[in-house]
Amino acid sequence: MNIHEFLAPPAVACQRTGPQDDIVMSSRVRLARNLCQQPFPSWAKKPDRLRVLETLQPAVQSLPQMAPHFSAAMDELPALDRQILVERHLISREHAAKGAGSGLVINQEESLCVMINEEDHLRMQALRPGFQIKACWQAIDAVDSALEAKLDFAYSPELGYLTACPTNLGTGIRISAMLHLPGLVLAEDITRIINAANKLGFAVRGLYGEGTEALGNVFQVSNQMTLGESEAQIIERIGKALHQIIEEEQNARQLLLEQKSKIVFNHIGRAYGILANAHTITSKETMNLLSLLRLGGELGLLPQLTRALTDELFLLTQPAHLQKQHTEKLDAEERDILRADMLRERLRSVPRPQVPAK
Amino acid sequence: MLCNVCKQNEAKVHLTKIVGDKMQKVDLCEDCSKEKGVDDPTNFSLTDVLLGKVAEEVAELTEAEPAEASVKCPTCGYTQADFKKAGRFGCSDCYTTFGEGLEPMLKTMHKGIKHTGKVPAALQQSRAEAQKIKQLQKRLDKAVAEENFEEAAQLRDEIKRMK
Repeated sequence: MNIHEFLAPPAVACQRTGPQDDIVMSSRVRLARNLCQQPFPSWAKKPDRLRVLETLQPAVQSLPQMAPHFSAAMDELPALDRQILVERHLISREHAAKGAGSGLVINQEESLCVMINEEDHLRMQALRPGFQIKACWQAIDAVDSALEAKLDFAYSPELGYLTACPTNLGTGIRISAMLHLPGLVLAEDITRIINAANKLGFAVRGLYGEGTEALGNVFQVSNQMTLGESEAQIIERIGKALHQIIEEEQNARQLLLEQKSKIVFNHIGRAYGILANAHTITSKETMNLLSLLRLGGELGLLPQLTRALTDELFLLTQPAHLQKQHTEKLDAEERDILRADMLRERLRSVPRPQVPAK
Repeated sequence: MLCNVCKQNEAKVHLTKIVGDKMQKVDLCEDCSKEKGVDDPTNFSLTDVLLGKVAEEVAELTEAEPAEASVKCPTCGYTQADFKKAGRFGCSDCYTTFGEGLEPMLKTMHKGIKHTGKVPAALQQSRAEAQKIKQLQKRLDKAVAEENFEEAAQLRDEIKRMK
């Protein structure tokens, strides 16, 4: 079975809903774990990595939580499939670039995904739609507890779980939420929010994590500190910060409607105009405009537009997903044309935005 | 926003790195980001881009530590120099090998330097048992001091069983 037969198609995957998913697109908790006495992946020689993969892959596959699952060594996966996994936020860009000796195990719900020999021997993540960081922690905590019974994890009573990079030391936990913040961006208030989050020790990154731009007004907020606080304390702290950002976004949207409604309607109307009528469009422009369309749906300008549709288009118009829908190899220009064709077709059933009655 | 390096093109790549309470930010255009190797995050260090102010700060930090380039991790062969280059360790035993100079660095990265989170179940059990033995030992000492030999004998047997 290949990954496309295994995973739910985007149209189905995007139907998944969760609490406050108008702003929180998804939640994730990942744990870093390593085996004792084994060199970390980036320092290990290929035979070491293969040996670790041989130990870890079956151990993860045998977990009842993972069933039914898809598992592969990274060198077995075509480059396009790896890119699709990145676009779906199941694996990191770094992991997609790995070759022999690295692997992955994903369950069918896409709620658990384990990367083997990424920066650490194990990077286990739990994912949920909407704001569900606690549920994510409980799920991944259970996976970790089940695995520690079979494996010898590197752990020190003083320093906790030992990781390749000291920035992950201790709990090895990274809690993150993907936030859609068009209101704060339009209100030009996003820098203040990012700075405030940074001051509290949280990182704010773009769509695909470290070193990426916030395309489509999507921001990833995550904890930076992993040592000196318990998992519960970190969840509590970042949960508070996230609630605050959600509230700020809601306020920003409200304020924009009250004070700058023409500007907001103009942005949304133009976004619809371009997406529904363009004949060539880049993925970057698409994401930024789809973000405005999503906002338009939430503000009541596009009553027939569902969130599932904007999220599906957000995914389907990304380069690898677009390529996957066509058999011939496409270059960037051809992709831009096919992307525009698809958007025109899919938006035909969505009437143009109307200013909601007051 | 203009690129920090060429100061001509519009910045498309935005990087933020936080070390302790210090934030480093770089905004680069596409050409400069490629030139600096930013598109390959595995081999990229923000300090290389920000040569100058940040590089000086880093130099200060590293100078403060004694040169221990000769120490090698007995398990994996990693050296202090390797760590300085990569910012990552070679294996979990490196934390013991290079443990001494670690504290100041951890202090700048984390809330504290002592793990207070999850403990593997196996360790938790042995920790609980160790605690119990300690308590029994205390009671035994007290019983002996009070010449309560019957209780002392019981306690001694119980400790023996647990060990």
